[in-house]
Amino acid sequence: MPPMQVNRLEKGGRVDRADAVNFTFNGRPLQGYVGDTLASALLANGVKVVARSFKYSRPRGVVGHGSEEPNAIVQVASGAATIPNLRATQVQIYEGLEAFSVGGWPSVDFDLMSVVGWFSRLMPPGFYYKTFMWPARLWLTYEHFIRKAAGLGQAPQLRDPDSYDKLNHHCDVLIVGAGPAGLSAALEAASAGARVIIADEQHEMGGSLLSGKASIGALSGQQWLQDSCEQLAAYGNVTVLPRSTVFGYYDHNFLAILERRNDHLVPQLRTGSRQRLHRVRARQVILATGAIERPLVFANNDVPGVMLASSVCTYLNRYGVAPGKKLLLFTANDNAYQCALDWHAAGRTVVAVVDSRAAPDGPKVNACRRAGIEVIAGHGVIDVKGKKAVNAAIVAPLNAEGTALTGSSRPLDCDLIACSGGWSPVVHLSSHNGVKPRWDSDAIGFLPGVSSQAECSVGAAAGSYTLLACLAEGAAAGASAAGKTGNGNGESGFVAPNTQEKTEHAPQALFLVPHSQRTSRAPKQFVDFQLDVTAASIELAAREGYESVEHVKRYTAMGFGTDQGKLGNINGIAILARALGQDIPSTGTTMFRPCYTPTTFGALAGRDVADLFDPERYTAMHRWHLEHGAQWENVGQWKRPWYFPQSGESLHQAVNRECLAVRSSVGLLDASTLGKIDIQGRDAAEFITRMYTNSYLKLAPGKCRYGLMLKEDGMIFDDGVTACISENHYLMHTTTGGAAGVLAWLELWHQTEWPHLEVYFTSVTDHWSTATISGPNARKVLAKVCDDIDLEGDQFKFLDWRECTVAGVKARVFRISFTGELSYEVNVPAHSGRHIWEALMAAGEEFAITPYGTETMHVLRAEKGFIIVGQDTDGSMTPQDMNMDWIVGKNKTFSFIGKRSLARSDSIREGRKQLVGLRTLDPLQVLPEGSQIVNDPAEAIPMAMQGHVTSSYYSANLKHSIALAVVKGGLGRMGDRVYCPLADGAVIEAEIVDSVFYDPTGERQNV
Amino acid sequence: MLQIKCPYCQELREEDEFSYGGEAHIERPANPEACSDEEWGAYLFFRKNPRGVHHEMWNHAAGCRRYFNVTRNTVTYEILESYPMGEKPAVLAAGPGERN
Repeated sequence: MPPMQVNRLEKGGRVDRADAVNFTFNGRPLQGYVGDTLASALLANGVKVVARSFKYSRPRGVVGHGSEEPNAIVQVASGAATIPNLRATQVQIYEGLEAFSVGGWPSVDFDLMSVVGWFSRLMPPGFYYKTFMWPARLWLTYEHFIRKAAGLGQAPQLRDPDSYDKLNHHCDVLIVGAGPAGLSAALEAASAGARVIIADEQHEMGGSLLSGKASIGALSGQQWLQDSCEQLAAYGNVTVLPRSTVFGYYDHNFLAILERRNDHLVPQLRTGSRQRLHRVRARQVILATGAIERPLVFANNDVPGVMLASSVCTYLNRYGVAPGKKLLLFTANDNAYQCALDWHAAGRTVVAVVDSRAAPDGPKVNACRRAGIEVIAGHGVIDVKGKKAVNAAIVAPLNAEGTALTGSSRPLDCDLIACSGGWSPVVHLSSHNGVKPRWDSDAIGFLPGVSSQAECSVGAAAGSYTLLACLAEGAAAGASAAGKTGNGNGESGFVAPNTQEKTEHAPQALFLVPHSQRTSRAPKQFVDFQLDVTAASIELAAREGYESVEHVKRYTAMGFGTDQGKLGNINGIAILARALGQDIPSTGTTMFRPCYTPTTFGALAGRDVADLFDPERYTAMHRWHLEHGAQWENVGQWKRPWYFPQSGESLHQAVNRECLAVRSSVGLLDASTLGKIDIQGRDAAEFITRMYTNSYLKLAPGKCRYGLMLKEDGMIFDDGVTACISENHYLMHTTTGGAAGVLAWLELWHQTEWPHLEVYFTSVTDHWSTATISGPNARKVLAKVCDDIDLEGDQFKFLDWRECTVAGVKARVFRISFTGELSYEVNVPAHSGRHIWEALMAAGEEFAITPYGTETMHVLRAEKGFIIVGQDTDGSMTPQDMNMDWIVGKNKTFSFIGKRSLARSDSIREGRKQLVGLRTLDPLQVLPEGSQIVNDPAEAIPMAMQGHVTSSYYSANLKHSIALAVVKGGLGRMGDRVYCPLADGAVIEAEIVDSVFYDPTGERQNV
Repeated sequence: MLQIKCPYCQELREEDEFSYGGEAHIERPANPEACSDEEWGAYLFFRKNPRGVHHEMWNHAAGCRRYFNVTRNTVTYEILESYPMGEKPAVLAAGPGERN
């Protein structure tokens, strides 16, 4: 049997007492009702301690009733579906719910970590910076300790079993918040015909109407709410989103909403996606986000049983829960007196109302007096007695400003202290766009600043706290927003209901209640509950020289919690302002950033996970590679065969075999991924010549030419072979990874600088499949499947291309080589890729033709000293740095892109890094790529870096390791010894050699 | 996330479709070899970084693939106009704090 709900009232509230819900909290079975949040159900059961605090491990109870809750942070469910760091005030209970406190070890009731609290004098603000940053090697130990102490939830260890989705919307009017102002706006905008979305983070619409007993005209607030929701539901042009937090407001009225679709359901009943991310582009936005009550800062104000006055009202009126027996209300305004009136009406004892103002006399104050409630004016609660629950409030007289005590204190027995320092408008969303909130001394709060977006704030979010003002402002804004989108005339038909609201007298701005001891000596006066930031720590930060509120935030961690300081920030800023001897406007506020409340990664990722995270591109031969055991290398989005291991072969064994096979007989490479851009037009040759360092003006049909492409700063950007297909028609090859960037680069210059040149670019990478036959037997293999052209070396020379028929398919064959061997790149329409691949494999069988992958390609080209752009270059290398001055046209009439930069003083200075080869003294030792190169390994650290290794392999053909490197002045240092000190302390010695290790005269590719 | 009007497609589309092209209205010197290192460096490296009105290029990469110009306020991110290559902006910087 679950225990009695000791604090549940017999009647009242929006819970269904006929429908009990069983759940557990820290393993303890409890019962609540349908309609409860976890927080209301815990309070109903008399659970006072729900968490341990972040830094001092103090017992903490529920303070608020919504997304502002700083203490009641829980982990819900276990295993893969576990969700950390939820606010108990926002978790709807369901049958079988398991919830756990995130802090507290071994339990929240007996917490070993609370010994930290005894040493709290040793943990001032900036503690982490001051203590834990040194010695660095201990940081991991400290961090482990802090993490455990910090009480953060546990991230799920298993793969998320849930699915999430995204929905894009456009609407005329997006209304954030469905309290009286938001609902009023929605009704007006909807009736004008606008497409409306109204979102609220709670599971039912209504906002403050759910918590109170207000009436609207002849109707009760609850009845008005029900009628309004029914009206909205009847409109076809309104989307109502409950359990939906608008967590981010981005540029151009783009807002993101997290809808929790089935977290509140019994797991067996959950279907479809767990959460949905709504991406909304709204023509007009109405922010009706309400206000959050501001707590009062006094000593030990964190003892469980100190709550917001509006939260006490909410638990009483909405959930039928009285979280105590004897209430003491501490307020600086008239508004909170409603809490005492409601508590009294529920038949419970109000010990007293303690009001910091000298002579409160408003209608609500007098209503309390008439009800026999003692009002203690000009006093404050300065301290609290009790550890895990409030036993008494210590009350003392205050001066008129509320800054000092004027007499001695006395205890008042109570078990619940409701407090109210006024209201803080929820300005978070309006400030997401960089709009600074502005201080309003009448509202005693920050109000939304002026935005350049099509938005407005209404109701309590704009500092209007009366129900009538909320309704009126909402209606006016709803009509106006609809009108601006062409729906209706913008005029509101709102008629003020005949409602008498009690007027309220001026509140007092009370941000720190004085204590008999000065702040630094007084018991802890908490400003930010979640991160244990006290008034004393803010004053200390000011004393230590921090003046900017942004710096104080980072130094004290105020507002850094998952609640973003929704309760504490204003008090903290005011305390800082006073410590600095300035006013609040000149102190300013920190900026609020998305997300308003923590948002699951799953929702942001949506379906873009696992296989759908990023597209994969396959060549037409992909399946063959798969069937033949290829290991893969990712090149951009392409999957390329890395190597083809035979049974039991390691990477190096396979690559050595493939390398030897190509140089001794013949190999076959899938080169389909190479970028290909078809270039046509009267000025095509002129254009290409402007983009490359060499000239293409005289390149005849049937001929190919290798080119280097530079950025305008003279640095190598891409390289590749361009073929002249026919007059005014060229095919440009790019690197696999650079294809898209090169096309955009060509378009940029054509469209912005030379639109008068007639030239057209088309990406044809996917149109062709390319199989490269390479090796001394390449010609014999090709000859077996191609008989309509003469393949002899004097007829089909190196850097020629021919149109012919290969294995019955029309093909373009380019005689170009990246291995230094006799090579033919056979290009066929993409769909014939596998056919041509298999035909060439069959034709090569008698020569033991060997399929090879990118690794072998890399080794073979490095043996030849051919660079790979992006591996041997890094955006800071000129052609001269790569020892490729031979390809830079000196007499081109047009100053090609990058040419002028090659003459810049920095490009021609001595000591630039230049491409060289390295040979290790130990021929079997392979230098790690990226190794730094120094002249003297005995030099004191920091050593003078001479360059680094860019490519490094073992060459089976040469029987020693080879490396390419860039070394300062390297071309003038042939034969020098250099050293590569490694991370493990070893040093590898190497000799600078020419970057061409194999066949330096190029006889093999020219045969 | 911005919403950008492509002057060629004549449609307001999501920022996802576009890529940023840097400051607009930078002309390549007609005779680079005649430039001093300083002049060439100014063309190559130096860009405005105004607080306020900024003229910049965008490419409708996932659309018509064409470059065009946008006048954008770098503080509010408001886009004040889009116009084709080769045209001049209608909106110019106003205050002394804003450069054009």
